[in-house]
Amino acid sequence: MPKVSMTVNGKPASGEVEGRTLLVEFIRENLGLTGTHVGCDTSQCGACVVHVDGRAVKSCTMLAAEADGAQVSTIEGMAAADGTLNPIQQAFQDHHGLQCGFCTPGMVMSAAALLAENPRPSEAEVRDYLEGNICRCTGYHNIVKAIMAASGQDVGQIAAE
Amino acid sequence: MYAFEFERPSTLADAVAALSDGEAQPLSGGQTLIPTLKQRLASPGKLVSLTGISELQGIRVDGGNLSIGAATPHAQVAAQDHYPVLAHLAANIGDPAVRNRGTIGGSLANNDPSACYPAAALGSGATIVTNKREIAADDYFTGMFDTALDEGEIITEVRFPVPQRAAYAKFEQPASRFALVGAFVAQYADGVRVAVTGASNEGVFRWTEAEKALLANFSADAVSGLTLDGAGMIADVHGSGDYRAHLVGVMTRRAVAAAG
Ligand SMILES: Cc1cc2nc3c(=O)[nH]c(=O)nc-3n(C[C@H](O)[C@H](O)[C@H](O)COP(=O)(O)OP(=O)(O)OC[C@H]3O[C@@H](n4cnc5c(N)ncnc54)[C@H](O)[C@@H]3O)c2cc1C
Ligand code: FES
Ligand code: FES
Repeated sequence: MPKVSMTVNGKPASGEVEGRTLLVEFIRENLGLTGTHVGCDTSQCGACVVHVDGRAVKSCTMLAAEADGAQVSTIEGMAAADGTLNPIQQAFQDHHGLQCGFCTPGMVMSAAALLAENPRPSEAEVRDYLEGNICRCTGYHNIVKAIMAASGQDVGQIAAE
Repeated sequence: MYAFEFERPSTLADAVAALSDGEAQPLSGGQTLIPTLKQRLASPGKLVSLTGISELQGIRVDGGNLSIGAATPHAQVAAQDHYPVLAHLAANIGDPAVRNRGTIGGSLANNDPSACYPAAALGSGATIVTNKREIAADDYFTGMFDTALDEGEIITEVRFPVPQRAAYAKFEQPASRFALVGAFVAQYADGVRVAVTGASNEGVFRWTEAEKALLANFSADAVSGLTLDGAGMIADVHGSGDYRAHLVGVMTRRAVAAAG
């Protein structure tokens, strides 16, 4: 069995995996980081989005062995060590950007990737970037609002709370 | 997924050697192959990853051509500005996470009848370069999910001649984000090419009648009287053959108008 080593949320992580082990399985089952969710397992929903070398990827559609040597970040790495939420997470709370919360880890990781490449996205750009993140609860308005608020924009004018 | 061995070579030569075993299959971005393996529609004994090979990465401009390494992800093609229409096409494949992993080589090797890159390659008269030879796009696409590639042959690069003007008009299937129908129109000094994806049971094809009409007069009006037969078109829950045949005309006119 191949051995994989990577950096996850700044800490070294390694383990033995099968060729077919998915990155999400390695993260959840080997590392016990269950914040990354599996919604569809068919590359559609985005609940499993993590960052690999700074880029958002669906961890249900990448082999763990492909992440050997990579820098991986998951939702567990977003808050500060003392538990203070990252501004995106805080904005989701402030703007009621979640209901059941199942899609939220993927939404937050996608939002973080978006804001890293586009610090002040328009509402249309946020919606376009979330094309691969599906939420069955919120209707998206408050997610979009939260992401725009996290980018420091005035969200008074967009969609009702 | 059935179990398989995994190899991640760092040179093309090692990848070719690893693939000489008949049980082995290349893995690029995995955005098509991993879902296929999960459905147990493929059972390779070994996957040979192409993502660790620097020779297969990156974008080069040489003369009037844009050359893209086979393992270059869609997001990187979307970010180049030498061939803006190709950037736009790449920027509208799937979603950001799919674009960060999915590659041009994987898309062309797969030749999904509704994929975007086949339309760009055929519509641009691109050359598919492999570890063995160079294949003209006109000879490469041999039917739905079928190509001229031999067993174990690896696409290394795709070379696009940059046109004078071009556009891609995609009518998106909203659930899958693939093209329900997409038309790629490009004008070169020596002619006009029109390639259509998403429509035919034979996969991507050139609409030669429209090419002739556009060569005489590059305007949406020039193709407005042309019709295609719905009989050979894909018919499924998303649309009948006649509906798709009609959409080909609409998308071609939109592409011509957008190319200006
Ligand atoms: C949610 C979603 C939405 C999508 N939307 C679109 C869309 O709108 N338009 C679109 O065009 N596509 C779309 N795709 C498909 C996507 O573009 C894939 O990335 C692409 O089709 C396959 O590329 P890959 O690098 O992921 O290939 P892989 O999945 O790794 O491989 C695909 C096939 O090609 C073979 N292969 C890979 N590389 C090579 C090579 N260099 N030489 C020879 N054989 C090779 C593999 O063995 C396999 O058979 C979508 C995918 C998903 C999951
Ligand atoms: S679980 Fe990965 S995309 Fe749905
Ligand atoms: S909050 Fe329930 S799926 Fe998005």
